[in-house]
Amino acid sequence: MTARNIYRKSLNNLMLTLTGVCALVTVLVLFIILAYLVYNGATSVDPAFFTQLPKGTGEVGGGMANAILGSAEIVAIASAIGIPIGFFTGVYLSEWGGAAFSFVVRYMCDLLNGVPSIVIGIFAWIIIVRPMHQFSALAGGFALSLMLIPITAKSTEQFLVDIPRALREGSLALGATKWRTVASVVVPAARKGIMTGVILGVARVSGESAPLLFTSLNNQYWSTGLTEPTASLPVMIYSHAISPYDDWHRQAWAAGLVLLVLVLIANIAARLILTRGSSPARG
Amino acid sequence: MSSTPARAKNDRSPTEMKTAYSEAPVTESTQSSVPQQVQATPAQPKMRASNVNFHYGTFKALHDVSLEFPANKVTALIGPSGCGKSTFLRSLNRINETLRGTRIEGDIRLDGEDVLKMDVTSLRRRVGMVFQRPNPFPKSIFENVAYGVRVNGLASRSELPDIVEKSLRRAALWDEVRDKLHDSAHALSGGQQQRLCIARGLAVDPEVLLLDEPCSALDPIATAKIEDLLVAIKDQCTIVIVTHNMQQAARVADNTGFFLLGRLIEHDRTDVIFKNPSKKETEDYITGRFG
Repeated sequence: MTARNIYRKSLNNLMLTLTGVCALVTVLVLFIILAYLVYNGATSVDPAFFTQLPKGTGEVGGGMANAILGSAEIVAIASAIGIPIGFFTGVYLSEWGGAAFSFVVRYMCDLLNGVPSIVIGIFAWIIIVRPMHQFSALAGGFALSLMLIPITAKSTEQFLVDIPRALREGSLALGATKWRTVASVVVPAARKGIMTGVILGVARVSGESAPLLFTSLNNQYWSTGLTEPTASLPVMIYSHAISPYDDWHRQAWAAGLVLLVLVLIANIAARLILTRGSSPARG
Repeated sequence: MSSTPARAKNDRSPTEMKTAYSEAPVTESTQSSVPQQVQATPAQPKMRASNVNFHYGTFKALHDVSLEFPANKVTALIGPSGCGKSTFLRSLNRINETLRGTRIEGDIRLDGEDVLKMDVTSLRRRVGMVFQRPNPFPKSIFENVAYGVRVNGLASRSELPDIVEKSLRRAALWDEVRDKLHDSAHALSGGQQQRLCIARGLAVDPEVLLLDEPCSALDPIATAKIEDLLVAIKDQCTIVIVTHNMQQAARVADNTGFFLLGRLIEHDRTDVIFKNPSKKETEDYITGRFG
């Protein structure tokens, strides 16, 4: 074998090994995180975690019931604002958008998607928290909705674009208006994909902590309204994890595990919806 | 050319025609336009296209196409792929204008009304279309047929079941689906789906039905069913069918137009086109010398 051949073969083997190892590392990261969370969190997740308020500084026991409810409130507000705007933006891009304006909107979506989440938090603080002189669930929901809009818009557009033109023409050819065609034929045909995208988007933003730090802040107690500072799981993990108390560390692990399990459930649900969605078409 | 329809009309006696139609699985009035078929002077065509030019961006797909569609006749448009026959068909209900960058010039009339200036939704209600591949909506069989009636607000909710049944009967599909009206349309076979699409189009009582190679994705048995049904419904609407299949044109069409490279080369009675075409290009195509 010539030297050149040996060189070529060994380079081939080296790169194969390198790419394989990197792929393995990628998979391992997820499993290590999962294992570590389960190892540290599983023993800490008890009924009290879901039913009780956090105990005072340094005390043992208690739970994060207020943070679970708070997260649900904030995510619900984010969904109520972000999903409709994102959805209709996606519909516009797919069904109406002219070339130039669509390009701009699509590009802005990508940019918005790339804005660091802490910057989104600062923006929501300026727009909502400062004028109201109050941290609130509303401000937190608003911040998360800004992240949800581009995610929902992009995935909605993608699934709508995939609907065959023939279906649209079939509806238009019967005398349906464009809007009726979109609402009665195109969107229903894509609804499983759209729902999947929305679920994944909601799961994604529900784990965000940075946009909530200056908006919903935190709360050791039940918040009494949407305009009060409100506890959330991600912020609670942050505040407990940086505390000097072992029992708070334990609670932070528990919160991390609960949050991860919720996100995993959402992901699996989304995947199930999508795979059950496509009915085999007969020819 | 203008005397051709008159000759065609004298070919069959009205009684012959009535007998032929009475075999159709249809019970509504068949008298509508039969009497005028025997008049010596040609009646006003249902649709008339004059000097139609069509552009896809910078590509000119149709060059000065003029063609008349006599009422209650089947007109076939034949020609090789890319000759503009589908483009022409899709201009008649203006479905082509939903594509970006298209432009049409010329004049198209439906009962004398200017098609290019009409409200497009009412035009498409009156001029239905069936596409090359069956495209039922991902809804139930019932909802597919009811869709056009619903979106046009043509009937109340309580009238829908009757309209759906009548339309499915006209499309010769009722007996096969009567027990599964609320099943998904996607569970039907390809041929059934295409007849469902025809039923869907007939449900809004169109005056003209355009069919764009409706049998190209179907087997011969399903094709025969659709051809039978076209002949059966032509006493209630004017039919224009684009087809690659010259035998199909010969079987179902009263008149045939031959397209080549975006131009209408000639059009005449179907038997004349196939047996005694006046243009060399037509003869070459018919005899299989190209295309």
